[in-house]
Formats: sequence, C-alpha cells, structure tokens
Amino acid sequence: MNTAKIHSAKMPLVLPTPAPLLSKSAWAAWLLAAIVLCALVPLLNLVVAPDSVLHISDFLVGLLAKIMCYAICALAMDLIWGYTGILSLGHGLFFALGGYAMGMYLMRQIGHDGNYKSDLPDFMVFLDWKTLPWHWALSDSFVATLFLVVAAPAALALVFGFFAFRSRIKGVYFSIITQAMTFAAMLLFFRNETGFGGNNGFTDFKRILGIPLATPGMRMVLFVLTGAVLLLFFLLGRYLVNSKFGRVLQAVRDSESRLMFCGYSTLGYKLTIWTLSAMMCGVAGALYVPQVGIINPSEMSPANSIEIAIWAAVGGRATLIGPIVGAFLVNGAKSWLTVTYPEFWLYFLGALFIGVTLFLPDGVVGLVNKLRSKRA
Amino acid sequence: MTPDLLEQGARRVEERLAAIARQNSQTESGGRQAGFSRVKANDDVDVTHGRILYLEDVNVSFDGFQAIRNLSLDIAPGELRCIIGPNGAGKTTMMDIITGKTRPDSGSVYFGSTINLLRYRESDIAQMGIGRKFQKPTVFENLSVFENLELALKTHKGVRSSVFFKLDSAQGDRLAEVLETIHLSDSVVRQAGNLSHGQKQWLEIGMLLMQDPKLLLLDEPVAGMTDEETERTAELFLSLKGKHSLMVVEHDMGFINTISDIVTVLCDGSVLAQGTLAQVQSDERVIEVYLGR
Repeated sequence: MNTAKIHSAKMPLVLPTPAPLLSKSAWAAWLLAAIVLCALVPLLNLVVAPDSVLHISDFLVGLLAKIMCYAICALAMDLIWGYTGILSLGHGLFFALGGYAMGMYLMRQIGHDGNYKSDLPDFMVFLDWKTLPWHWALSDSFVATLFLVVAAPAALALVFGFFAFRSRIKGVYFSIITQAMTFAAMLLFFRNETGFGGNNGFTDFKRILGIPLATPGMRMVLFVLTGAVLLLFFLLGRYLVNSKFGRVLQAVRDSESRLMFCGYSTLGYKLTIWTLSAMMCGVAGALYVPQVGIINPSEMSPANSIEIAIWAAVGGRATLIGPIVGAFLVNGAKSWLTVTYPEFWLYFLGALFIGVTLFLPDGVVGLVNKLRSKRA
Repeated sequence: MTPDLLEQGARRVEERLAAIARQNSQTESGGRQAGFSRVKANDDVDVTHGRILYLEDVNVSFDGFQAIRNLSLDIAPGELRCIIGPNGAGKTTMMDIITGKTRPDSGSVYFGSTINLLRYRESDIAQMGIGRKFQKPTVFENLSVFENLELALKTHKGVRSSVFFKLDSAQGDRLAEVLETIHLSDSVVRQAGNLSHGQKQWLEIGMLLMQDPKLLLLDEPVAGMTDEETERTAELFLSLKGKHSLMVVEHDMGFINTISDIVTVLCDGSVLAQGTLAQVQSDERVIEVYLGR
C-alpha cells in the first residue's frame, strides 16, 4: 500500500512521445546509402576508368541490382512474417507476377526484331498463334504495365488472403497453402497454352520505352531506380511499423484473440499488410526482369519462396534493416559459393537455416543489437 | 349522463393514472415505461427493461459433450455478479458465447433489450461495450505497457484510422488515469512480457478499462496475485460497480466474499443455485457438487 501513496505524490505522469520515423543516426545512414546507390556507384562504374582500383565492374553492378530486388522481397516478407507473424511461402509468386507483367511489355518492345521478324512475340509465332491472346491487351502500354505490376499481385493476394483470413487459416496451414498456391501457379505458367511462353518464359529483351536495354547508361538507370525503390520502401515500412497500425500488426502476431476482444477486426489488418507485401514483391519482380533479362516459371518454384523467408530470418525478423542485410549476406555468399564450391551451396543454405533457427532466433541484426546492449 | 357521473369518471381515470405512475416508479428501469416506443440511441445499449445481459436456454456441445445445458442467466446494469462452479462447469464457455467466440447450438443471448449478440463477431461485440479478461493473463508481450493500453483505447479501430492515429490529450489523460488505477505508472515503457504475473493481470484489466466497456467479463482476475494485489483488485471492482456491469468468475472465496452481492453457481453447464454467498454456501446441492457425492 505504501507504493500507492508514493504514486499519488508523484508528479503528473509523462507519457512517451511517438518515436520519430528514423533516429538522427539512422537518417544519416539512410542518406549515405542513398548517396552511394544514386551517385557513387554510377560514378565508379561509368566515369572511373576500368583499369582503376576504384572501378566497379558491370558484373558487380548487376549483382548488386539483383540483390537489391531480393532485398525488397525480404522487406515485404518481414512486414507479413516478422511483424504480423504470418509466414508466407508463396511470395515468389508475387515477385514472378510483377516480373511477368514487366516481361510482357518488354516482349512487345522487341517489335519486329525477334527471330521470326513477326509482330507477335517469338514463342507465339512458334506456337502458330495468329493474334495476341486477350491477357496481352495491355502489354503495349508502359503505363498500363506499371499498373499491372502492382495490380496483378495485389488482386491475387487480395482474393487469396480474403478467403484464407476469413476462414481463420493460421500458422503452418497458411504457409502450406501459400506454398501450394505458388506451385500451382508454376505448373500453370509452364503450360504453353496459357500464353506466358511456357518453360522458356520471356527473354531476349531489346529495349524499354524504346531505349536499348544493353547500354551501360540504361543499366545504371535501372540500378539507381532499384536502389531508390528499396530505400523508399524501407521508409514506407518504417512509417507503417512506427504507427499504431504497426503495433496492431505485432498484436496480431502476439495474441490475435486478445486483439479481437479489444475491438479490432483483424481481417482488414491482415489483408492490408498481406496485399501491400505482395505489391512490393511485384515491384521487385518488375525491376528484376529487365536487369536480369529473363523471367520463367522457375521463379515461382517453392524453393524460391522459401529462400525469401530465409533471407528475412538470417537478417533478423521484426527489424526492417534485418531482412535487407540478410538478403545481401545470403545472396553474397551464394554468388561466391556457387562460383568457388558449386556443389556445396545447398548444404550451406540448409546449414544456415538450421544454424540461424537454433542459435540466432533474432538473426544477425538481433545478434548485433544484443552485443551492443551488452557492451553498453 | 349527469355531471355527477362525468366527475366520477374523471376521478377514476385520475386514480388509475396515479396507480400506474406509482407502479412504474418502483421498476428497476427507474419509472420509464418499457412498453412505449422511444428513441434508440445508436451506440447505447437499451437497458430500459433493467437487464444488460440476458441469456436464455443456451445449449452448446463439443463433439457430443454438452458444455452448456439450458443455461439462463441475466445481469442488471451496474451489477457485480460473481460466478462460481467446479472445473468444467462451463464458466469459460459461457464467456466465449457472450463474446462471440463460440456459437451456441440453440438459445438466445441479448445485450440490453435490442442487441442480439449471436449476430456479431468478436470485434463488433467488443466495440459495442463488452470487455473480456482471459483466464490466463493475455497481453501483447512484445509491446510496452503504454502501447498495450493505447491499442485497447476506445476509438475507431479500422485500418485507416490506425495508420494515421495520433493520441490526443484527452486520450492521453485517460491513459494516465488508467495507468494510475492499475499501479503501473512506473512501468510505462517496460515491455509487457517482462511484467510479473500479477502485473500482467492488472495490465489486462487496464486494457479493459481503456475500452470503457459497459459490461466486463472477468475470468479469474486475481489468480496468481498476492494478497495485497487481490485486495486492491477488490477495491477496484467495487469502485467500478454501478458505473459498469461486471461478471466475475473466481475460485477465491475470500475475494468473492469481499465483492459479491449475488453469486451464481454453475454446474454441468447450467445454473445450480443463485443468491448471496452465505445462501449458496449453505445450499445442499452446492455443497454436494463441491465436496463430491
């Protein structure tokens, strides 16, 4: 009872103020990253002479761009898995859908320069099709393509998510049906008659907006664009998880029934973040395809979706920077190992996943944070 | 027809009206007449009939096991009702039904006179003003005490309003007040997962208070609390009585003795006895179910 008296004698309670979007040092790091991606890398790649030590090779630029696309996926995965506790093993599908939407546009941009010099994409000529199928109707327009890049994954996520979340499918069951979803889509896209180029997918792209893709300048534009999208999505994610919306998501993860009895209809929240996450993956896919130059159904393979989850887990769930770090670490290791010890890559990936689950439940960033707080 | 007869008639009418008025002033609804139409306030529960919660002939069975059997129960506005009963009597299932988690096989459940609870989802029921504390203290472990209370705050709970939510000063005051009430002012920024068991119980009660519910369902609120904490909880509940209606499920007889007016004994999914604690404790049937047959 004494404590109660001390309480009442105290000064009025000061409630914590909302956290800023980023702390000062985090803003500095963000700006630094922006400068490196948008100015330093282009400078070192395009201006500095190839024989200089400082020169960044085209290969490295391409690799970085690819990993940044993966990092966007990992970030999207973190929002739905790390913060909301819903493990999706089907995010590769959303990535591929964005990629396919962009790929269709790039196929149309080839124009008459294909092997068959036809108005139609090569694979259609090969299949002896005379006209464009209905779902290619928008593929000539760049603006419509940009719309489809987000709308196609969003529409699928919305419908799928609505039925799954309304039926209160949770946990491992949800993960399994997302895995089944991406597998089913892969089988569908493998078929020639669905009009997505079958198992070869789309490749041999020539230009975007009429500008040739294979020039250093265009490659750099796409690289900078990817970096900018990653940085902006990071800020968007930061804004969301900082808001009350983000805390509701974490509450969904920690105790969904408590949240419902607090008066929240969780369906809307889960659907919103799930759809947003799918859209982010779609954008990543659309940035990936012109830089890598190919999209085929293997992007929808279940293993690809699982890898996205691994990036997020390795980096650290429920920290936004973690998945980005994870995507860079794992893919950096992958590109190094597949060159030096190609046969060991899959063992390494498996060992990494087991190791992280057992010893680093909060990922690399979690470990760093722990070490830092220990020192302090 | 003479003036005399007219006068007599007028007198009779007056007497009759006076009698009706007398009768009405004795009702629990405070003299308002239930039979007449009245304006329905949208976010208000209609308690004109003197009942805030009304269960009738409710039946639930799980895989052939009849958890609730012809349960009928009602609670008056402002009442503090204690529910006791042996394990498996259906106490938690009853709360599940009221809060929309479990759908009964038959029967009716009304909140006030007009709201049929069986038509709504958990979140709607919570927004209408029924708060619930779980048997096992359930708070958002990875959020701070402050954030836990902020989430429970009575406000719009749609996606858009959450994205752009900012705590205004009135809400801040309310939050500080509840923090004071639940004695967690010192732990505002502490992670809820690091609180002691008793403090988690308090935090969960605080989250209920933030919702400002009309009816509170409390499932074993003092389990795992120290004597001092239990005492404070009793004080808190007694102070809530009158403004809110409370339904408290407890096993701690000392606690019940402190707070109870009417105690309802549940057994095998239906009401076995009802009355003051002394009355039910002396009831033969109650003694039998508690001591075994």
